[in-house]
Amino acid sequence: MTTRLFGEPVQRREDPRLLTGQGRYLDDLGRDALAAAFVRSPHAHARIRDIDVTPALDVPGLMAIYTWEDLPERVGRALPLLIPHPALTHGRTAYPLARDVVRHVGEPVVMVVASDRYAAEDACALIEVGYEQLKPVVGLEEAVQGAALVHEDVPGNVGAHLVQEVAAADGRGAGEAIETAPHTLAFRLDIERSASTPLEGRGVYARWDGRDLRVYSSTQTSTSVRMAVAATLGLPLPQVEVIAPDVGGGFGVKIVHPWPEEILVPWAAMTLGREVKWTEDRREHFISSAHERAQIQHVRVGFDDDGRVLGLDVTIRHDHGAYTPYGIIVPIVTSTQLLGPYKIGAYRVEFTSLYTNTVQVTPYRGAGRPQAVFCMERTMDKIARHLGKDRTEVRAVNFIGPDEFPYDQRMTFQDGRPLIYDSGNYPEMLRMVKELIGWDEHERRPGRGIGLGCYVEGTGVGPYEGGHVQITSDGRVHVSTGLTSQGQGHETVFAQIAATELGVPIERVSVVTGDTRRFGYAVGTFASRAAVMSGNAIALACRKVREKALRIAADALEADPADLAIDDGMVHVAGAPSASIPLSTVAVLANPLRYAFDDEAAKATQFSGTASPDRPPVAEGEEPGLEGRDYYSPIRSTFASGMHAAVVETDPDTAEITVVRYVVVHDCGRLVNPMIVEGQIHGGVAQGIGGALYERMVYDSHGQLANASFMDFLMPYATEIPHVETAHLETPSPLNPLGIKGAGEAGVIPVSAVVASALEDAEGFEIDRMPISPSELFELRERHASLE
Amino acid sequence: MEHEITLVVNGATRRVEVPARRLLSDCLRHDLGLTGTHVGCEHGVCGCCTVLLDGRPVRSCLTFAVTVDGQEITTVEGLAREGATREGGGSERPSRIHEAEAMDTALSPVQRAFAECHGLQCGFCTPGFLCTVTAFLRENPAPSDDEIVEGIAGNLCRCTGYQNIVKAVHRAAELLAEER
Repeated sequence: MTTRLFGEPVQRREDPRLLTGQGRYLDDLGRDALAAAFVRSPHAHARIRDIDVTPALDVPGLMAIYTWEDLPERVGRALPLLIPHPALTHGRTAYPLARDVVRHVGEPVVMVVASDRYAAEDACALIEVGYEQLKPVVGLEEAVQGAALVHEDVPGNVGAHLVQEVAAADGRGAGEAIETAPHTLAFRLDIERSASTPLEGRGVYARWDGRDLRVYSSTQTSTSVRMAVAATLGLPLPQVEVIAPDVGGGFGVKIVHPWPEEILVPWAAMTLGREVKWTEDRREHFISSAHERAQIQHVRVGFDDDGRVLGLDVTIRHDHGAYTPYGIIVPIVTSTQLLGPYKIGAYRVEFTSLYTNTVQVTPYRGAGRPQAVFCMERTMDKIARHLGKDRTEVRAVNFIGPDEFPYDQRMTFQDGRPLIYDSGNYPEMLRMVKELIGWDEHERRPGRGIGLGCYVEGTGVGPYEGGHVQITSDGRVHVSTGLTSQGQGHETVFAQIAATELGVPIERVSVVTGDTRRFGYAVGTFASRAAVMSGNAIALACRKVREKALRIAADALEADPADLAIDDGMVHVAGAPSASIPLSTVAVLANPLRYAFDDEAAKATQFSGTASPDRPPVAEGEEPGLEGRDYYSPIRSTFASGMHAAVVETDPDTAEITVVRYVVVHDCGRLVNPMIVEGQIHGGVAQGIGGALYERMVYDSHGQLANASFMDFLMPYATEIPHVETAHLETPSPLNPLGIKGAGEAGVIPVSAVVASALEDAEGFEIDRMPISPSELFELRERHASLE
Repeated sequence: MEHEITLVVNGATRRVEVPARRLLSDCLRHDLGLTGTHVGCEHGVCGCCTVLLDGRPVRSCLTFAVTVDGQEITTVEGLAREGATREGGGSERPSRIHEAEAMDTALSPVQRAFAECHGLQCGFCTPGFLCTVTAFLRENPAPSDDEIVEGIAGNLCRCTGYQNIVKAVHRAAELLAEER
């Protein structure tokens, strides 16, 4: 069958335009639009005393200057808190422009609109804002002390506090299980801040024609931006369209919505009656978008002589920055995904989510999982070390067995649904990863270490996605879905799914994502959910269309629909290829209005019998046209998994760290396009290496981000990233028609744990923090040498 | 004050008036409408804005347009044409119906290699890589792995982890050798 494309490494359909400079990213649009720029707070915590705009008024090209006081009531309201949670007792969000108090360096205070960006920045430079500095809270230790407060009305800087407990089978709690265990360990782990840093920052471009508003945004969710813009600006929803054009990477930061600029730029366009565009620059991205990762974890674990975990108690302090627009998803994910592929006797996890005068924290690829896996895998390594056992043996005795699925972890996951794993085969995966890295043959010597890390990732969270499929009279297939794309290759994988379901050549299929003109209901692209959610929705929509096509073709061919097949865009009687009708003709037959605008419509007439005068031309329950729409709404998440292993070498003098081998075994259920899945894994691992060895947000004691540029924030180049060897295990998900799980975030999740494990093996002392630089490793060596 | 300058961009002579502080990247993107050249950091670190100036890769975000008056510039939009010119044929405009396939013939060997090897995801850094690699392979037509990594070590990519970019550079070297 020529059209079977599901599972093939099909080349990407996005590439021709992106390779020739024909992509349309946000700043490529609106060449004649006015430009917006922002005066942002230079202080981490200050009260705004006065704003003097007069020095800026003579700047040539200046169109408008806005402060919070200039905004209408509904535009000036605090931004929405998207995901409330009962434990988030003190949720706080920012105003689109600062009102009275600024709470981090980079918070927008004044918006300037001018003829171009140069003029807008000239004006920004001349605006004088008077501040009364307040004491900033920087870092988790200061936040916990609570001597200074980020928000006056949030005591102790505590935004949220949540305890979750799962008792052991015998009913004992984690505390008792740990105290009575044959062995116990207690330790502290530290993970620093990093950020998504896509190469394209955020951006918004708005056009208002007096009635309708069209907004382009470099977003991971155009449908929700649309609803936010309509509600905030008081416009009827049908008069607002939001389009995510080509987006230059997201990795989480662009799922937050509405960003202040997504409200302010459209509002300015309406107010001025002109097109307005804002394109974030790199420094703005560092100090005004979002960060993630920073946590301090205190762990207590009790285990038996085999290394079986009897009780685990984890206390997490999570730094969520100055505001909580995205709720407490990140620490909830850390708490629940910490269990990984293991059966833990009794588990207690407590987190405190704290305010600091730093950039807000929202999900970055992995969304709390890298921290969770760091915690659990460090724990496994410490147990192995304590018992003198091989690290893989300790993991193996704790694994959930392949015959124990569905496996209920007895917790509540990020989607509010039970944490029940759908499928997996962890022992087989461990065997594969050991073989791939050569675990048992590894030659141990000082300065050369081997390590591994295992994880389970909840993917494909609901509540839903939809797909629309239309076959037109030229035989082309038009697929649309509401979620957006930031480089994942959705135009390709969704076309593969549609071509396979419908039996048409992929060249005839086109896919549109993230355009509310084409599809209005969607959630967005995050949480490794696009392939699972929209992939299945599109497959279901295709099945509806296919059924209708077969019904119409059966009429025309005087056959039974059950005897029909579709190959290469032709509906034919199975085993009798001559009795056939092209889908293009079926599309014409599906519409009783048949003006002969094209050859297909003319051809179709030979199939049309005499319509019965007693029945309406469009039968009851039918619709004209060959199209279908369906939604996929899962009862709960799918659970992908993976195991990574690495060999690292450290320089005996300089403590330079080199990852010499890196292997990945990955299970995301059925693969739609292995080439694209592997690309996702490579990119994820590279971000993980960045997080493990190079990237951090360096705040000084005043709350200034000291490395807010690519010169100082060490995003890895090709020279820092090892070759990644991959192998796949496929345990199809029983939860969805296509059996897929999702792969977007996977690569990044265990990397810090893997690198720490290998470094520890190379150096002989414990590694309890990430990232780790050569100087930090050097200092650790000195400290351990002086202890001996 | 505006300055009139002449740039030969992708083979076409373009006259443009710019203030002295106009960055070459902004001039290409906003004055000439060639938005294929992207701006990722505006401080010369990410390499997204790399273009070829008289055949050599430069950061257009660190270059004032007035300083390159009279010089030849190749942007990502001109790479296919460059390849086609060297082959002695004109590049065909892709038909609309079979865009993806027809585009293939309108791509330079470096561009084709990136597509074949999945050397791009979001595509934002890609124009800078393509310009860098085009110049690199002219100087070193049969590079080793290490030489490739060194050759692309001035360009950031957040999506691919570079592995398929390295593969694409090898493949481009092969394609160029076949055409020679």
